[in-house]
Amino acid sequence: MTYAYDERIDGPLRDHDKSAIVRDLRALLPDLQLLHDQEDLRPFECDGLSAYRITPMLVALPGNVDEVQALLKYASAHHIPVVARGAGTGLSGGALPLEKGILLVMARFNRILEIDAEAGMARVQPGVRNLAISQAAAPHGLYYAPDPSSQIACSIGGNVAENAGGVHCLKYGLTVHNILKVDIVTIDGERVTLGSEALDSPGFDLLALITGSEGMLGVVVEVTVKLLTKPQSAKVLLASFDDVERAGDAVAQIIAAGVIPGGLEMMDNLAIRAAEDFIHAGYPVDAEALLLCEVDGVESDVQEDCERVEALLRAAGATDIRLAANEAERQRFWAGRKNAFPAVGRISPDYYCMDGTIPRRELSRVLRGIAALSQEYGLQVANVFHAGDGNMHPLILFDANAPGETERAETIGARILELCVEVGGSITGEHGVGREKINQMCAQFNSDELTFFHAVKAAFDANGLLNPGKNVPTLHRCAEFGAMHVHRGALPFPELERF
Amino acid sequence: MRRDSLSFDDSARLVDEVRHAIARHEPLSIRGAATKAFLGRPATTPTREIDTRTHRGIVSYDPSELVITARAGTPLAEINAALDEANQMLPCEPPTYDGMATLGGVVASGLAGPRRPWAGSVRDFVLGCRVITDEGKHLRFGGQVMKNVAGFDVSRLMSGSFGCLGLITEVSLKVLPKPRASSSLVIAMDASEAMRELSAWRRAALPVSGACFIEGALHVRLEGGTGSVQAAVDRIGGSALDQRFWEDLREQRLAFFDDPRPLWRLSLPNATPLMDLPGAALLDWAGAQRWLKSDARATDIRAIASAAGGHATCFDAHRDAEPFHPLPAPLMRLHEQLKARLDPHRIFNPGRMYAAY
Repeated sequence: MTYAYDERIDGPLRDHDKSAIVRDLRALLPDLQLLHDQEDLRPFECDGLSAYRITPMLVALPGNVDEVQALLKYASAHHIPVVARGAGTGLSGGALPLEKGILLVMARFNRILEIDAEAGMARVQPGVRNLAISQAAAPHGLYYAPDPSSQIACSIGGNVAENAGGVHCLKYGLTVHNILKVDIVTIDGERVTLGSEALDSPGFDLLALITGSEGMLGVVVEVTVKLLTKPQSAKVLLASFDDVERAGDAVAQIIAAGVIPGGLEMMDNLAIRAAEDFIHAGYPVDAEALLLCEVDGVESDVQEDCERVEALLRAAGATDIRLAANEAERQRFWAGRKNAFPAVGRISPDYYCMDGTIPRRELSRVLRGIAALSQEYGLQVANVFHAGDGNMHPLILFDANAPGETERAETIGARILELCVEVGGSITGEHGVGREKINQMCAQFNSDELTFFHAVKAAFDANGLLNPGKNVPTLHRCAEFGAMHVHRGALPFPELERF
Repeated sequence: MRRDSLSFDDSARLVDEVRHAIARHEPLSIRGAATKAFLGRPATTPTREIDTRTHRGIVSYDPSELVITARAGTPLAEINAALDEANQMLPCEPPTYDGMATLGGVVASGLAGPRRPWAGSVRDFVLGCRVITDEGKHLRFGGQVMKNVAGFDVSRLMSGSFGCLGLITEVSLKVLPKPRASSSLVIAMDASEAMRELSAWRRAALPVSGACFIEGALHVRLEGGTGSVQAAVDRIGGSALDQRFWEDLREQRLAFFDDPRPLWRLSLPNATPLMDLPGAALLDWAGAQRWLKSDARATDIRAIASAAGGHATCFDAHRDAEPFHPLPAPLMRLHEQLKARLDPHRIFNPGRMYAAY
């Protein structure tokens, strides 16, 4: 798709005199770090979805909440759109700047304000890195559970905006399950506290609403997260299968047997080979699928679960099962999985990472569909799958320099997501809609549902100044995109053959 | 067919009634089994009752997917029975009110049971819902998958909103396997000792899933693998406690709740020290939820809760006090704006939470 903001279908934006804004802001906030020269703006033109690049009009790097409040109040008064950005590791273009907008970079908010080991919580600024929280909590035997694979770099404010997940979601939940309180600044410049340090708060659950709202409702300026006691023990089993479907069945059987693994991941042959070639994790390169199953908790329970899982895997037809003999091997098993994306990056000039979720029982149908799409468009697809919670990451391999391949990769991606919707899943499990999947939102939601989303947005930001053009498409955009519209299996052309 | 497993899609009638209400500007008060009618404010304007109980039945349940979807009027008891057969459960263990409570009311009120601090709240398990809106549309948000970040999280917003933003008709919930082992103990000690012990057990990762202090004794439930539960039982000592204690606590059937004074619920941060409360107190959720029987003034009780970083709810219908803790002005403004956008006709439970909406 053409990713640039399109005023014709995304809604009009006002033109502004950039130098007047710079002058105003300098006068209003003399200490505010402001970037406006082309070469200074360039590093901010994209987030983790680097195929989409737009140079922002201005970049502001506030150093305190007062500056954020004043800046938003000014933007609101002058109808200037604002895109908030954390570390910029997002994969859906949620922090893609606007040519006519201010990019509000929260990176300087990088202090851990308080760790309360007794209450099991940490109060941090939004620019603090995800992993830094766990590192600071480690001396107390505590950690912050959600662990997106970008955790070394991604910031907690962005995690809230995207409701970030990770490989341990099935057991430990997403960001929304692991935060207690968020302070936001509204577009009117008002600071509001959502949630509290207690386990619930009076009124509507605006804490849940703000989580995953992609910077459309407010700017996150402080986050209080829950800290958990580190599991005493963790063991990981690596099982090989000569058939992807059998691996999928094994996942269902583990869960039906009452085991909730800390992590349960699947990779297909192409992903296995790429990861093995890169990391030398000891993966079975001939296997059609591998499962990584980690059980964690108290030593005796882990032992019990491990034996149970091993028996289930064997019964499900695993051709080989290995228990990581020690911590080093456990880390190595995980390293292969956690580096699957860059590993695929080594075997292909470019790759396009998808993020659909499906009910697990539909796995084999969806994998067959992906294989057929891969053949139809002549591009390879490697599959990496958070199998426990049904979150698929098909990686479409392509070469951006080969004519037409980028478009083909995008088409396969879009069709994979529509397939996910068709089987009762979602176009995004954890990467967010951002700019990338704005059109696929028209497949997942009908116009009344989108109108409801717009009403939610308007309650917080009536003039649509916070991150316009992301997350929720205009009805106008969906009307244009309508040619490809598939809604909950109600296909516009049911007579056409599909899979 | 047994009455408790009736399944019927009555959504067309509910949509019709909402549309009529909109056309006539006639506000509705939504009811399921009305087991929580005592909780919240009386309607600010005359309302017509809309009853969800005929819209009932489990729509889908696949234990290996860990998801159950049911209509709002389905009795919680029916859902629990279905989960029980597959050895699964709603980990947040909402009160059932003698088996009468409906799923819609469970989600709309968001009340959770003794396991809540360790397992999560009702909204933590909500994956999706269907809602009839102020435009008389029957919409679907979220879904039946564990991870879904497409659009705003409307289903969790609906949880705990007491029907003030729309009529919930159907909910999908994540469920979990029941723990393999469960043991309950009662140990005589004073309250401060109980708080110290609970803190030590948390650091030692003991598999606590219920902790209630009342009348000079700490009541604790341990759930997990057989090994970890046995080890914890050995460490803690005390004497065996009938598991029904947790049910009685959840359903407020303990003698403590017979006290004629109004009942207050204080929700407080973890590790809040013991406080001097004006009345009789029961500590649940390892102290994060404290029930108070008291004649003290609402403002005094609320001041105590606020000072500790928490809030207080009055669980008694016949009180002059506002049931819900007042909101700071900027937060109340967001609530009013949300109500104005999502329910501009003020059709749904007007005034149930706060006079302003």
